Amino acid sequence: MTTTPVLEAIDETLETQGKPPVNVIYEWLTTVDHKKIGLMYIVYALIFLVVAGFEAILMRIQLAIPNNHFVSPQVFNQLFTMHGTTMVFFMGMPILFGMGNYLVPLMIGARDMAFPRLNAFSFWISAFAGILLYFSYFGASGLYAAGSAPDVGWFAYAPLTSKVFSPGHSTDYWTLAVFLSGVGSIGTALNIVTTIICMRCKGMKMSRMPLLPWLYLVMSGLVFVAVSPLTAAQVMLTLDRYLGAHFFDTQAGGSAILWMHFFWIFGHPEVYVLVLPAFAFANEVIPVFSRKAMFGYPAMVAASVAIGFISLSVWAHHMFTVGMGPAGNTFFVFATMVISVPTGIKIFNWLATIWGGKIIFAVPMMFMVGFLFQFLIAGLTGIMLSAAPFDWQLSASYFVVAHFHYVLVGAIVFSLFGAFYYWYPKVTGKMMSDTLGKWHFWLFLIGFHLTFDFMHVPGLLGMPRRIYTYEAGRGWDTLNFIVGVGAIFQAAGTLVLVYNMIHSYYKGKEAGHDPWDAWTLEWSVPSPPPSYNFAIEPTVNSRRPLWDLKHPEDPDSDYE
Amino acid sequence: MTEPRCGFARFLHASTYCLPLVAATTFAQSPTNIFDPAGTPARDIFGLSMLVLSITLVIFLIVAGLLLYALIRFRHRSTDSDREPAQIYGSNQIELSWTVIPILIVVTLFLTTTRVILGTEAIPKPASAMDVTVIGHQFWWEYNYPKLGVVTANELHVPISDPATPTPTYLTMSSADVDHSFWIPRLAGKTDLLPNRINTMWIDPQATGLYLGQCAQYCGTQHAKMLLRVYAQTPQEFAAWIEQQKKPAQQEFPGNPAATEGQSVFMKNACINCHTVKGTVATGRFGPDLTHLASRDTIASGPIQNTPENLRKWVEDPNSMKPGSLMPSMHLDDHDLDVITAYLSQLH
Ligand code: HEM
Ligand SMILES: [Cu+2]
Repeated sequence: MTTTPVLEAIDETLETQGKPPVNVIYEWLTTVDHKKIGLMYIVYALIFLVVAGFEAILMRIQLAIPNNHFVSPQVFNQLFTMHGTTMVFFMGMPILFGMGNYLVPLMIGARDMAFPRLNAFSFWISAFAGILLYFSYFGASGLYAAGSAPDVGWFAYAPLTSKVFSPGHSTDYWTLAVFLSGVGSIGTALNIVTTIICMRCKGMKMSRMPLLPWLYLVMSGLVFVAVSPLTAAQVMLTLDRYLGAHFFDTQAGGSAILWMHFFWIFGHPEVYVLVLPAFAFANEVIPVFSRKAMFGYPAMVAASVAIGFISLSVWAHHMFTVGMGPAGNTFFVFATMVISVPTGIKIFNWLATIWGGKIIFAVPMMFMVGFLFQFLIAGLTGIMLSAAPFDWQLSASYFVVAHFHYVLVGAIVFSLFGAFYYWYPKVTGKMMSDTLGKWHFWLFLIGFHLTFDFMHVPGLLGMPRRIYTYEAGRGWDTLNFIVGVGAIFQAAGTLVLVYNMIHSYYKGKEAGHDPWDAWTLEWSVPSPPPSYNFAIEPTVNSRRPLWDLKHPEDPDSDYE
Repeated sequence: MTEPRCGFARFLHASTYCLPLVAATTFAQSPTNIFDPAGTPARDIFGLSMLVLSITLVIFLIVAGLLLYALIRFRHRSTDSDREPAQIYGSNQIELSWTVIPILIVVTLFLTTTRVILGTEAIPKPASAMDVTVIGHQFWWEYNYPKLGVVTANELHVPISDPATPTPTYLTMSSADVDHSFWIPRLAGKTDLLPNRINTMWIDPQATGLYLGQCAQYCGTQHAKMLLRVYAQTPQEFAAWIEQQKKPAQQEFPGNPAATEGQSVFMKNACINCHTVKGTVATGRFGPDLTHLASRDTIASGPIQNTPENLRKWVEDPNSMKPGSLMPSMHLDDHDLDVITAYLSQLH
């Protein structure tokens, strides 16, 4: 008898665990296991990645040629609003929280998160927020006026969001969704901080903790400080819209700039909330595939903490054009430029880590190499933007769009993909296909560079962002066409990844517990790890406990 | 070097010449290229950007070069032994050097940047400056020359400013509704127009001509078609333009009964609630001032040529030409549309 792989899997579950599928579903819905919650975050985020990616492709088709009529202006404005909101709140944060959820307890030798039920609550409320956002397509003007998603931009500047300029309910859906996702994020951040502070295994002093938990600690601290004001701002906006308050209602004397401050006090640290986990993955993968200890561990920690603090004082570099005056502008130029120092330290330490190593170009490492180069370029265009007068030309232009996609895709997504290939064997017990991985890498790399390299140029040629069309003759046409082609390559690459993940789950080679010859605790348990992770609570003596086991003649503890 | 034989190689060969050429022509032909400044603020920014670009380029070449070298030099070969490489945990001197050198670069860059900020935002306004009040609207621009008594829309006329007798134009800007941003890349960086707030910026175009730009802050449905046009004229041309704009609108249309009738249709319709035609009962402020509409090259803030056919189509149904425009259709019949077009075309 032949059956499909899915049926086989169900059979297997039935046999090995003796449970009907409905119980399996029940188990996932009610789980408080950090690994299962982590995986649910990742799956939900991947679904939103595909949705928001599809929105991006629609936008690029519209912009591929001048005076295009593929979508209407309203639809285009909804697309970029939903794309941005989804990617930040329902793809980026959840996927990184999911990775953290899965990895942090394993890497610090803990059996679960500090507050498992809060963990489940945070997940479900974020998932509900994402569904609410998309329900706006049906609900914002009643079920019969479908197609009324928010169209105020992911930054939702006042007063475009006030009742006068945004009647109907689309903005309310946006506000509520962001508010709820904020509640979930703050819950998870609290959980991660407590877990890291209180649940480390014997011998794991803070100074011995792997860099990944360190970066998640800084990231969670930032989530507290940054997401809270945003959540407060959502409440204020709702008061404006429903109870006639006037915080941001300029028609009644409210302030548009107040919203900008609230938004960017969240918005800038948010970039670091997203990029710190990307650094975290690079910190784990690069040393293992260079076969060398991380160069300058204390400096890496210090630089991360410094980045965390400085990132809280640079928000107004998003506001160089609102007329802050020379004093305000100069202050924020300085704060912004200073952040490049700890960032530079990180890049140089990665360089020093591969220097003199024995570099193995397996798929995870290939993605990390992409990460290194692209993050370097993103940092350098960031310096250009931090020079306020240059920013007067570049802000709100396509140059900015290219710059931050270099960070979000070039650095964060590349690092995340590397992390997928690296930890997939741990999570599933199977290796991912190397050949498909290389296809994924090259398609995505080519697509990325076609899209985002060329996107800088229309910005230099005066093309503002958030426009649904443009006239020919400005020098933007060819460039936008190439950008559109690149987007298709990236989509193809992502589909290869999804196929690879599913295919390898059924057909992949057995991974064993330590396929990469790695050094941190998660590789000491079976793949996939059993619930409660560690049969006996581990004890560690250095930053690389498995290195010590494998090289008793030369343990790390001697050097720390 | 001989010509490559095979097709693909020839293509590659050609593209090594073509790419820079294409890039250069794209930049040269773009009317909104920030690297082709035609006024002082844009030129100062250009100078700064060249410095920033060269510094970042040098950093890129060094770091990317080192990375590339390391990746090639230290890649694992199958002939290598299985021994782990020497483990190096850090080095205070090296790490100190790549902290201190970046700090020095940052300080240099910061001081230069500050100089340009002060040079644009903190220099005194010369007595010869001209003032224009700019109000952003969804989705058009209102221009008011308070000292000259002229109000117009969407097409800004300014005198050129030669370095000997500088006549910069000072723009005092605000918004009537949501946020907008004023951006003419060849003249200056952008400045936002915000409700309940007054911002200023200045431009001093140094050659005559038409400078293009567009609203740079998302302001709603038709943000994309909120275009900007600045006409820089010689002082004589500019003075003549001002004289003509100061006149009240034409009231008599001898020998043009259509225009005469159109005028009365206009005055009897809701057009006057939103539009001003100086010297008539039309005093609306919600839409652009139409007193000298026919003297403009475009309508609806730039995207549409000002021809009688386009005017007629616009008045018939503005949303078919600029979906999301806040001007409603007046539901006029064919005859009324014809005569209103005849009237509007006479408003020189
Ligand atoms: C039959 C009566 C009307 C006529 C003939 C008329 C004519 C025009 C014309 C020729 C323009 C383009 C002006 C320019 O770009 O400089 C225009 C723009 C505009 N009009 Fe009217 N108008 C009429 C009624 C109205 C009414 C009743 C309103 C207000 C509810 C209005 C609001 C506007 C607005 C907001 C714009 C700017 C549109 C944009 O560029 O997005 N108009 N109108
Ligand atoms: Cu605007």
